[in-house]
Amino acid sequence: MSHLYLIAQVAGRPVAIDSDQVESVVDIGEVTAVPRACAHVRGLAALRSRVVTVVDTQSALGLEPAPQAKRAVITLVDGHHYAMLVDALDDVAPFDLLPMAAGVALDSVWENAGRGIVERDGEPILAIDLASLVPSYASAAETAVVN
Amino acid sequence: MDDLIQEFIAETRETLEALSGEIVAWEAEPGDRARLDAIFRFVHTVKGSCGFLDLPRLGRLSHAAEDVLAQVRAGERVPDRGLVNAVLAVVDRIGELVEAIDSGTSLDDSGDELLIAALAEGAEEISQAATGGGMRAASRSVRLNVDLLDRMMSGMSDMVLARNELARRLRGGDIDPTIEAALERLSLTVGEMRDTVTRTRMQKIDALFSALPRMVRDTAAGLSKSVQLHVEGADVELDREMIEMMRDPLVHIVRNAIDHGIEAPAERRAAGKRETGRLSVSARQSGNQIIIEIVDDGRGIDTEKLIRKMAAVGPRSERELRALSDRAKLDLVFQPGLSSKDEVTEVSGRGVGMDVVRASIEQIGGRVELDSTLGKGLRIAIHVPLTLSIISAIVVGVGQQRFAIPRQAIEEIVTDRSDAIRIDTLGATSIATVRERRMPLIDLGEILGLERSDEGGAHMLAIVSVSGGSYALSVDTVLDNEELVIKPASPAVMSTGLYAGQTLPDSGLPMLLLDCAGMASVSGLNFNRDANQGFEEEEVEQAETGTPALLFRDLDGVRRAVPLVAVDRVEQVEASAVRFAGGRFRATIDGRILPLASQGDIEGRGRLNVLRLKDGASEVSYAIDEALDIILLPEEVVAAREAGPVAGVALVGGEQIELLDVFWVFDEHADRDEEDGAEAPLCLIADTADGWMASFVRPLLESAGYRVTAQLAPGETPAVVLSSDETPPELAEKAPVVRLRRRRAANGAGDDSVYRYDRVGLLSALEARVSSRGEG
Repeated sequence: MSHLYLIAQVAGRPVAIDSDQVESVVDIGEVTAVPRACAHVRGLAALRSRVVTVVDTQSALGLEPAPQAKRAVITLVDGHHYAMLVDALDDVAPFDLLPMAAGVALDSVWENAGRGIVERDGEPILAIDLASLVPSYASAAETAVVN
Repeated sequence: MDDLIQEFIAETRETLEALSGEIVAWEAEPGDRARLDAIFRFVHTVKGSCGFLDLPRLGRLSHAAEDVLAQVRAGERVPDRGLVNAVLAVVDRIGELVEAIDSGTSLDDSGDELLIAALAEGAEEISQAATGGGMRAASRSVRLNVDLLDRMMSGMSDMVLARNELARRLRGGDIDPTIEAALERLSLTVGEMRDTVTRTRMQKIDALFSALPRMVRDTAAGLSKSVQLHVEGADVELDREMIEMMRDPLVHIVRNAIDHGIEAPAERRAAGKRETGRLSVSARQSGNQIIIEIVDDGRGIDTEKLIRKMAAVGPRSERELRALSDRAKLDLVFQPGLSSKDEVTEVSGRGVGMDVVRASIEQIGGRVELDSTLGKGLRIAIHVPLTLSIISAIVVGVGQQRFAIPRQAIEEIVTDRSDAIRIDTLGATSIATVRERRMPLIDLGEILGLERSDEGGAHMLAIVSVSGGSYALSVDTVLDNEELVIKPASPAVMSTGLYAGQTLPDSGLPMLLLDCAGMASVSGLNFNRDANQGFEEEEVEQAETGTPALLFRDLDGVRRAVPLVAVDRVEQVEASAVRFAGGRFRATIDGRILPLASQGDIEGRGRLNVLRLKDGASEVSYAIDEALDIILLPEEVVAAREAGPVAGVALVGGEQIELLDVFWVFDEHADRDEEDGAEAPLCLIADTADGWMASFVRPLLESAGYRVTAQLAPGETPAVVLSSDETPPELAEKAPVVRLRRRRAANGAGDDSVYRYDRVGLLSALEARVSSRGEG
């Protein structure tokens, strides 16, 4: 069944995000750092009257942080708003979610976030679950200890 | 009180509306447990509110209905048609009464007893009366959905940010003064609006606490107990919704504490406690929570008894229950349908209490903690989240960043350049000494991993108090004092343990609220908290209060003090009103002659300051030079070496102050004839004809406090008879006799008479006879 997906660029590669997880897409202004929080947390930003936690998506995927990223996808997880930083937004279109091709092994973080693939003009794009990239209590505590 | 009644009316009305469906459903299916519980809760709540709103009629009705419903719940009665009808009739009557209270009309109470009687088992079915359409009074208040307030609040914040944005843009270029004026006006209005909108959601917790003193008083009086209530932190602001949700649990807990916790005076005395029980209710903000503590010094929770009870009810066996941890045993209190007391009382009912309490607190994301010491007391701490609460905060700067600290947690702010401050390094830790007070030092920049803006420059130290102790927090700058709306931050932020929440100040840049307790624990500070600390502190405070006393300069120039309770008032009298008359100084005050005591020279003064000392029956005036101050006497008083006008010496503010001996003053100066006539023993003088006794002995006896008569009135019995050598035998049967003899020497060993000029011997003989008679 076709479903709306948002195609964004993260770390130079396209990803598909279920539109149900997307509240809006914004450009993040000034960010207040959160000292001692886990490395994936860029900080806090004001979005109209709301305060959102800005997550460096690239870092959360186990890649180098992307300090330049400004554009973000706003998502709501467990009652809190998060701004997930992305490089750019390509498209919003209906796609069919397909199971991962047999035998494809993803990196562990991607594995965790991946939900399947969508096909855009023959190009397979990994569909990711934003909620799995949001630092939770447990994972945040772990990284905090490592720090 | 009117506010409370209005609230009660609105609430009852609302519940009744919601309940009307339940009632009909229960009527159709009386076995439905959920419906039964809903109706039971309703009457229970009404009963509880009536208790402290002083609405006895409603109280009686709801209590009766609650009894019956409790029996149904316990399976003792079957909800037949008659019972359902009777309960519904009572619920209807409650509704009518509430409307009547609201519109200020009276409702005939003749039906009440009938309704209550109809609840009894086997009573005749009553016919359902059509409810009359009572008059509703117009109300000035509206009950709003909190969601609506939320939307209003969020819209308001957007408006503020839009205004800020506009102001920032305009500041850039040259602007028309008229536009500037318009912006100014907009700012002002927006500011006012924001305050108002904010207030619609926020309420001081005082709204919850203000009803407590009355409730505690009434509840305690109803149980013949004496309870001293101590309320603290009424200024803490809490979301209105939370306050509403906290109301019932708090009432339950306080009632429980008085009813089940605090013992009867006699029992307390036997346990070596003060007769007056202590109940302390306090609210404070700690990290991202508001903690409401209810502490009593009663008997605590008897877990043994709980276990026996739970085992009797089942389903868990006694062995299973005994295997539980101490905490889990205490938590048994929260089991539904359990009352820790054996009898059911008017006050706290029958175990609806704690399970309902916990359910409603958990509903708002809070939790309840129990801390019980058997025989010593119970501490119940309710933790509720700080969502949306507005707090007054201090904004501090470290490096390039700003943080908020709850104002409540800060004792004072000092600069580390001050002479009164020392900072030392002990091992690897820093400690600060602020005016002789040593405390750990936390460098905010260091624990946050931020560069300090200016190493070596003066820093500010915020003295922060957390439960258990204080520490100094070193920051670069202290910037501002702001009212902030605090919202919970995301788990990723909260998991650091350093923050209590986030806020969006007018600058439009988010700011973090520091968690003072969290910073202490992250830094490894260890304050061992004594569970009993609250009580001990209180005791110290009470010890410090001591006895209030009046400090004065006496006529001889010495500074002396007299306990305030003995002083009726201080007055000025003209020297002309003081006379040396009848062997002593006496002052005329208010048309009465009072004995005037003094230490020093009275004469030569135009006016005199006089202390009027009262001991209940008699009054003595005491001349002083001038009254100086009300002071608190320490408990330690060094007694004087010998009896006299000075009882002892106390140290007040480093100075030795003599205490006036009020006993001595009264003993020495009070007029004897002012003693209460009925109390004074009657002395019958069985005089011989010469009248010697009447003229010589009478004044002596009267000044020693006896009533003297030579002729008994009908019905009077003398306490003692004073006679000369020859006693009329019929008198000796009625009362003990003291005989006076004319000769100085006693007439042999058997002679118990007293020589008639032996003043001391006579008085002591009289006293001995009177008191022995009293014993017999």
